[in-house]
This record gives sequence, C-alpha cells and structure tokens, in this order.
Amino acid sequence: MRAPQPRRPSDGDAAPVEAVAPLPPVATASPVAGRARRSWIGVARPLTRRRYGALTLLSFLLPLGLWAAVSYLPFLWHPLVEVTNPGDVAWMEPGMRVPRAAFSEEVAAAQGTASPEGRPANPVYLPAPHEVAVAFWTALTAPPPQRDTIWLPASLWHSIQIIVWGFTISSVVGVPLGVLCGAQPTIARLTEPVIEFVRYLPAPAFGALMVAILGIYDGPKIAIIVIGTFFQQVLVIANTTRRVDPLLVEAALTMGSRNLRLIRRVIVPAVLPQIYRDQRILLGWAWTYLIVAELIGTSSGITFFITQQARYQHFDNVYAAILVIGLVGIATDIALALIGRRLFPYVRGEA
Amino acid sequence: MSAPAAIALPVEACDYRTQCEPVRARFERLKARDVALRVKGLGKVFRNAEGAETVALRGIDLVTHRREFLCVVGPSGCGKSTFVRILAGLETKSSGTVSVGGVPVSGPGADRGMVFQGYTLFPWLTVKRNVAFGLEENGESRHVAEREAAQWLALIGLERFADAYPHQLSGGMKQRVAIARALAMRPRILLMDEPFSALDTQSRARMQAYLIEIWRKIDITIVFITHDLDEAVTLADRILVLKAHPGEVEELIEVPVPRPRHPGQSLTPEFRATRARLDALIHPSEAEADGPADLGGLDMVTRMASVGDEVE
Repeated sequence: MRAPQPRRPSDGDAAPVEAVAPLPPVATASPVAGRARRSWIGVARPLTRRRYGALTLLSFLLPLGLWAAVSYLPFLWHPLVEVTNPGDVAWMEPGMRVPRAAFSEEVAAAQGTASPEGRPANPVYLPAPHEVAVAFWTALTAPPPQRDTIWLPASLWHSIQIIVWGFTISSVVGVPLGVLCGAQPTIARLTEPVIEFVRYLPAPAFGALMVAILGIYDGPKIAIIVIGTFFQQVLVIANTTRRVDPLLVEAALTMGSRNLRLIRRVIVPAVLPQIYRDQRILLGWAWTYLIVAELIGTSSGITFFITQQARYQHFDNVYAAILVIGLVGIATDIALALIGRRLFPYVRGEA
Repeated sequence: MSAPAAIALPVEACDYRTQCEPVRARFERLKARDVALRVKGLGKVFRNAEGAETVALRGIDLVTHRREFLCVVGPSGCGKSTFVRILAGLETKSSGTVSVGGVPVSGPGADRGMVFQGYTLFPWLTVKRNVAFGLEENGESRHVAEREAAQWLALIGLERFADAYPHQLSGGMKQRVAIARALAMRPRILLMDEPFSALDTQSRARMQAYLIEIWRKIDITIVFITHDLDEAVTLADRILVLKAHPGEVEELIEVPVPRPRHPGQSLTPEFRATRARLDALIHPSEAEADGPADLGGLDMVTRMASVGDEVE
C-alpha cells in the first residue's frame, strides 16, 4: 500500500501528551483474569439434545414431585384425619375425614371409652398421584360401574367432535377473511373495527341466545366455540398476513401477478407457515372455550363427566379427566408441529 | 473493438470525455438503435402524514437505446431507488412521462423485469419453479413454463440446482436465479436495484462478469442502480449521475473504457479518469457530512494510549 514513512521521534508525539491530563486507566476496572463475570442472559443459543430432553422431563417431574410430596409426606400438610376406627365416638364413621383439632378433642375427651383412631389425610379434593393414576387407567379401560354414568372415552370423543366442528367452521370463514384483511387495507378497515368490538364480548354471554336459536344439544356448543375462536382468528391471521415480505409481493407484481392470483400464489404461500402456527395456538384457545360451551344447554362431553364425578366426590376421576384434556391437547400440538415440519421444510433453512 | 491492443493509450491522466475510435464508433452505433426507454421531466414528491413535502426526483430526462447498459449512481438520498421503482411501476410518479418501447408505463408489467437488492426468490418454490413463476403468471401452462425455465437454468449454469430450494443456494447463486427469473419473461428492460451489494467482493466480481456475459448474449437493455462506483464504470455504457436533495441529473457520462471489459482495465487512464470524475461528482457532499476530507491532517481524537506504544 503506502511506503512506510520515516518518523521523527520528537515531532508531534510527545508534546501534546504532556498537555493532556493522564487518563484514568479503564483497564483496571475489568475483572481479574479467569474470573470474568458470566451472563446468564444473552442471545439465546439452542440447548444440546440431552439437556433439552432432560429439562423437558424435569418440567413435568417438578410439579409431579411437589404433588407427591404433599400427598405422601404426612408432616407436610395433611390438615385432616381420616378415621380408621371410630371407637366410641358416636358421630364418627370409618373413612370419614375430620379436622385435626376436632379429632384430638375427641381423643382427649375419650377417657375410659375407646378412643378413635385415624391417620393424617389431605382433603378429599386432593387425591394422591397413584389414586389418580389408577382412576385414569380404570376410566380409560373399564366401562363405568353405574349405568347412568358415562364412559370417559365416550365423553372425550364427544368433546373432540365439538372442537373439530367448531374450529373447522370458524377457520373456513375466518382464515380467508383474515388473509383478505391482511392483504387489502380497505377490506381490513371495513371489517376489523367491528370484529375488534365483538372480540371483547365474552363468548359464554351468547350461551342463552345460542340455545334459543340452535336448541339444547350440540348446536349451541359448537356455536360458542365458533364465536370464541372466529373473531380472534380474523385479527390474528390478518396481522400475520400483513407481515408478508413486501419485496416478495413486489417481485410478483413485476412478473405480472395480480389480485386474487397474487394472494393465492404469493401472499398465502409466503405466510402459510406462520398461519399454520397461528392455527395451532388458536386451536388451544378453542379448547378453553369447550368447558364453558359444554355447560350450555344439556351438559355433555368431558365437562359432563367432570361435573358428575365431582358431585359424587370422585375427585380422582376429576383429575384423570383434566389430565386427559391436557394430554389430548399436547398430543395434538406435537402432532401438528411434526406435520408442520414436513409441510414447510424450507422454513428452518431460512436465514 | 476486436483489437484494443492496437490503440495507443495515453500514458498521462486523460479526460474522461476523450473516447478512442472504437469506443466512439460503438456509441454511435448504440445511439442509432431504437429507443428502449424514454423518461421525460420525471418528478416524484413524497408527502408525509403531516402534509410536508419532500422532493425526491425532479426533472429527470433520459433516453436509453436498445441493448444499452445504463448504470445509475448518486449519493445516498438522491432517489436512485425511487427512480428505478418508478420505472418498474412499483411507485407512482408525480410528474413527467416514462415510456418503454414507445408505450407509456402505468404500473408494473412484464415488459420490465426487476432484480432486487434482497433475495426475493420465493422460498416455498424450487429453483426451477421460481424461474417458471413469471411465465405461469403470464398464461403459460405449468409444463411449458417449466420446460422453458429449465433452459434458462442451463443458460445460467444452475441446471443441477433445478429442484433445490432457494435456502440451499449461496447468495450469488440466488441472484443468478433471480436474474434468470426476470429474464424468463422476455422483458425489454431489466431493472436492477443494487443487486450485488449484499454479496462479498469476490462473488460480486464474478457476478459482474456473469451479468455482462448474459447481456452480450440476450437482447436486453439494463438499468443498473449501484452505489459502487467501480462497479458502475466496469459495467456501464453510460452512467447517469444523480445529485441529492432534490434528485436531479448531475451528468450523463459516456464511459470511455473499451469493450470487452476485463478486470485489468481498472488501471487504464480511461477507467481512472472516469472514476475520478464520479468521485468528484458524488463524494464532496458526503465527505462534508462525515468529517474533514483531508485524512492526513486528522488530529481530532485525544490520545488515550501511552507514548512510545505506537502502532504506526
């Protein structure tokens, strides 16, 4: 590049330095070598495969462990005493759960008569994990003992049908409308304000109305899920569509794409992976409306099972049913995620 | 033009307007061709939400001829991107006329292909279907479009990647596909908005050679926006220099560097004279904004290192 220039030592180097006050050495403020402060927060890096799996497992095991501890360690909570032998206490029966204070009062008052026996217990609404596990297995495999109760798989299947119908009806209208709103500002302005308004009306508020219109069976339940999903769906999908890379649209315009063809051939494919992800999240919301929807008109599905079992104080069955909902939800989501990876192989490779 | 070595090049710095005989003859032939693009009194005013107006372009006049390679350069903010977007029909003009092959431009059309700065290949389509896209949009059947796309891929040497997805390609390859995609619709004009600025220096040099090769073989007029002045001199027949605030034509330079171009020419007097002229036109205002132009006398940074610990 440039020829090295001969430097005159005393030329412009030393003189200005003497004029400038010595600067505080910033370097001493830095940490001692080898003890650099680590930051826990930074740009998130993907976890290793093993750690990923271990943490996933732990995230389930931690709450389960807490539940087990509260259930199996008598000194932890156990505010009640489950009576095993009432002794001479007239009002006690085996299996009864009484407050610890009342029980010790009776023990103190026994004097001469046979004192009651019992063991520490949790309230009936908190069964131990193994009880729920047994109930879970029994509910799934064995038909119900009483004739008037319904079988868990049957009620679950009914609930799934309601969800699928509600979500499909909502999506058939909501997704195209959302895409249209996202692609065309005039249509968006014409529809979005009113949708924004309706979105804040709680879906269950329409319950009585839907029963009046659609009868007492599955109609109003599906309608509640549609109402709960549709309005959010239009807005979410519209926002996703608006985030389409404008350069892709412009490139298509210069190649002659127009209007609906532009939407079908460019805008929709460009945002389809995100729309798919939105749909997964919206499906989760639809599940949350299910419980309310099933209480409308004739109670049905998994909610009927839960309320009925709670009435009989079969809380192990209640927990089993709640777990089933969770399992179905997470299984659906994992399945959809795997399908999504197959459908959009180019998404992960995109920088 | 066939024997550039026969012409004695002046050794001392020459005027950029001096053209050797083959170059002059070439420009004469070029100007005798049909007009591909005619821009007359083109102006663009942006209005923001408060009603304040910014003049982006004013009174641009330009005529380019068929198979000309025109580069557009200018300082940042001179509206060169706006200019090419108006030509493409992606931006509306405030005044003036633009016509391509005698037909006034209103909106985007298949007679003008465009290659963007970013990679605008459709990530969900394979390379072949990306190239076929424009043909399908213009009424070709999928079968015909793909067959034609395969020919274009062969032309740009990427037939092996026909079934790959864009994310599997390097930046240079993506831009080659983007060029093929634009050319596949047989446009009259290829508009390119800083297409190589995202590439590293080596790929950029390769792509330049590559673009020249395509341009030589295909009946296409190229309007090429760039901020790289060497690139402009390397590629262009003529260089449209814009000035900023408002964007007006500063000068239309006829590049005196003979064709065919090769990298060694960057040391020839013609190249350096043209480059120096471009520097003089574009850089003064930018240097003012960024600090004193004379870096030799720069002494504004307080010394924070010890005396005697010199690095230079």
